[in-house]
Amino acid sequence: MADLRIDFEGIKSPNPFWLASAPPTNSGAQIHRAFEAGWGGAVWKTIGAPVLNVSNRYGAWHSGRRRMLAINNVELISDRPLEINLKEIAEVKRAWPDRAVIVSAMVESKPEAWHEIIRRIEDTGADGIELNYGCPHGMSERGMGSAVGQVPEYCEQITRWVMDAAKIPVIVKLTPNITNIVMPARAAVAAGANALSLINTINSIVGVDLDTLELTPSIGGKGGHGGYAGPAVKPIALNMLSALGTDEMVSRSGLPISGMGGIATWEDAAQFLLLGASSLQVCTAVMHHGYRIIEDLCDGLSNWMDEKGFATITDVVGQSLHRVSEFKHFDLAFRAVARIDEAKCIQCNLCYVACNDTAHQCIDLIAPDGSVTQPYMYDVRSNGKQEATETRPQPQVREEDCVGCRLCYNVCPVAECIEMVEEPSGRESVTWNELTANRREVTEDWARMQEYRAQVGIEIH
Amino acid sequence: METHPALAEQLPPLSAHEAAVEADRCLFCYDAPCTHACPTHIDIPRFIKKIATKNLRGSAETIYTANLLGATCARVCPVQELCEGACVLGSEHKPIAIGRLQRYAMDYAKAKGIKPRAKALRASGRRIAVIGAGPAGLSCAGELALRGHAVTVFEKRELAGGLSTYGIIALREPVDVALDEAKMIESLGVELKTSVEFGKEITIEEARKQFDAIVMSVGLGATPALGIAGEEAIVDGLAYIEASKVGAANLHVGRNVVVVGAGNTAVDCATIARRLGAERVTMVYRRTQREMTCYEHEYHFALSEGIEFRFLSQPAGVILRDGKTAGLKCLRVELGEPDASGRPAPKAVAGSEFVIEADQIVKAVGQQKPSLASLLGLKTAKGYIAVSEDFETSVAGVYAVGDCIRSHGSASTVMAVEDGKLAAAAIERKLATAEVR
Repeated sequence: MADLRIDFEGIKSPNPFWLASAPPTNSGAQIHRAFEAGWGGAVWKTIGAPVLNVSNRYGAWHSGRRRMLAINNVELISDRPLEINLKEIAEVKRAWPDRAVIVSAMVESKPEAWHEIIRRIEDTGADGIELNYGCPHGMSERGMGSAVGQVPEYCEQITRWVMDAAKIPVIVKLTPNITNIVMPARAAVAAGANALSLINTINSIVGVDLDTLELTPSIGGKGGHGGYAGPAVKPIALNMLSALGTDEMVSRSGLPISGMGGIATWEDAAQFLLLGASSLQVCTAVMHHGYRIIEDLCDGLSNWMDEKGFATITDVVGQSLHRVSEFKHFDLAFRAVARIDEAKCIQCNLCYVACNDTAHQCIDLIAPDGSVTQPYMYDVRSNGKQEATETRPQPQVREEDCVGCRLCYNVCPVAECIEMVEEPSGRESVTWNELTANRREVTEDWARMQEYRAQVGIEIH
Repeated sequence: METHPALAEQLPPLSAHEAAVEADRCLFCYDAPCTHACPTHIDIPRFIKKIATKNLRGSAETIYTANLLGATCARVCPVQELCEGACVLGSEHKPIAIGRLQRYAMDYAKAKGIKPRAKALRASGRRIAVIGAGPAGLSCAGELALRGHAVTVFEKRELAGGLSTYGIIALREPVDVALDEAKMIESLGVELKTSVEFGKEITIEEARKQFDAIVMSVGLGATPALGIAGEEAIVDGLAYIEASKVGAANLHVGRNVVVVGAGNTAVDCATIARRLGAERVTMVYRRTQREMTCYEHEYHFALSEGIEFRFLSQPAGVILRDGKTAGLKCLRVELGEPDASGRPAPKAVAGSEFVIEADQIVKAVGQQKPSLASLLGLKTAKGYIAVSEDFETSVAGVYAVGDCIRSHGSASTVMAVEDGKLAAAAIERKLATAEVR
């Protein structure tokens, strides 16, 4: 069995899964239950300035039968009095010494306010502090949350105030609502933060009610942007995570990163680890299914690690980071083509229409007699399941024309029916960077480019 | 119309949630096999996606574009043999419930009064007579009306709808569905004259003077005679179904009922008997389960209703006791070489008489060929009205559609609807080249 324990800049937990600072960590009673279910840690729902909340605070994006592919919220930081939160934090930590108890905080942008809250959090015995620079709604209007995270200078200044006072590890939580996530991360590094975490929620409006023309959810007839999270944001989170991992300054700093943003399964978790996260935070999936999901998060991750020969979480962290590259470094001679497994194909023709209308027109429909045919060729008087199924053409990739775009692979509804097969292109490996360095004219002039293509045998139909 | 509760529509309508879930399952195939399999080629993925996007008006209109009698077809089509049978999800999963989704869209159309869209902006000045208000006639009449032609439908029965109204068990299609559909067709500008018999109240000569084209959609006749002793005691299957739908007062159901025949109508008769109190219902058929003409799913349905089967049995006479039916005398049958229909020829074994006790015998062994054909001097093929590719009979300007021309292939509502649609297009093409009178 793989060892799932982590030591995140001194914050220890029996597994890498922490509940993210959010409604699931709103109270001591909840966190007790979460720890009983097996969660490795919890980042307490942000404490700080007094707030009031509203009803209809959660919206969600559903797709077909899949509920809550993403959640959107305008809930603020904890609306429970500071004193109560601090008291419960102390109780939880006393009851669960082996679990990570981290406290998220957000106060007015004044050094005294930050010093005060840091001191009080440390008095609870908590293992660490997370600075909430990400909350995109409400708090930001009051100069907190993402209002800080979006300005690297503010981020650095406040982190310095905190680091002046803090004795326990400080994690700076970044907002994704920024053009370049690396900037605030560098600011946090410069200010001496102990760790980073990302992503917080993304600005979003879920939708508009087509009967009332109000936003959904409607808060007394009004609505506004709220924080977007859940499975749908995972690719954005993975990109931002890898952007930190591949940034020289951030990676050289050695600051560990707590990754979050759409983790719902152990597979998501493993991907975050592989791209450099060394602790993981989960919120939406728990809000959807409850604390019980921790069991399979650990079990699945452990089984996968065993299968792959990873003994510890540290062995996994960042293993795929060296694969993160840029277009200019990709091998332009790499070639893959789509291949349809006719035994598995159900002839829905979704690949055909996608390729034909929107990609490269390289899937043919092959009639049962072997000839290439066109859609809708049947006689209007032909009908019945027999005729419809027996005369149905089979989509087939014309490999010589396939550019390997992978669209058909993505639309195919049948598991392992379309495969992207690597085919030798017969060309020497070359990257755009190399091309630019060695044959600049090819990259700047279409006529030269055409000559180059003819020379190396690239034909784009 | 009041139907016995035991014959109330079998499948409940889908709820909005059920419809959405089912619609979401549809893969939205391109050039979909379900559409090919549908005789009217409804763009099924399109109407289903419109249900998924809650565009129910668009969904209903998509169905109407290809099939004006979508409400009937949603209920009576043998979807297992057509659209659903061809669904790409059928091989490893459950096919999409296309019939029930279509019914969902059509129920919405009915509730909201959504009608098919006109295909012509102005009246053509053409007058067309349609003889018979069954599915083929209504489809043809509706299609012609949408194209701007003045259509009059003559129906000899009191109610429109043909077999949809009179001949299909209510648990599959309630009478009101057929009548509402006829009303919808009327609302497209079709003049519907019921209780008018063609050949009597209006002659073909008169019709030819008054109309630019005549469409015969007269269906078929009564159940043929079995030619056995005591036949007069046997109840006609179509009359039996009709009574269960529109004449409950005249319906007598025995305690021990024998149904002769093994087609879909025979199954309907047996089901009615079973559901309306018969303790025992036995279907008697000359051949075996393999040769039955009812759809496979109908056979399984009959079994689930507790209906019994006596295969390889040929009726030889009705046993009467005190003038009342007491049983059906049968001969055992052996199957021989395939006959003209391609099925093994049944041969009654001499001296093998046996009696199946029954206090009511119902026969449902097909329908007689259209008698009107010979009356009007139309050429026939195997007794059915012979038509060209364009549904024109041997008499120019007289067209025929539906069961009365079905000399090959199996008769079905949806085929009749398609005939009506194709004939309407053909008639319009023909009239476009003729002068307006």
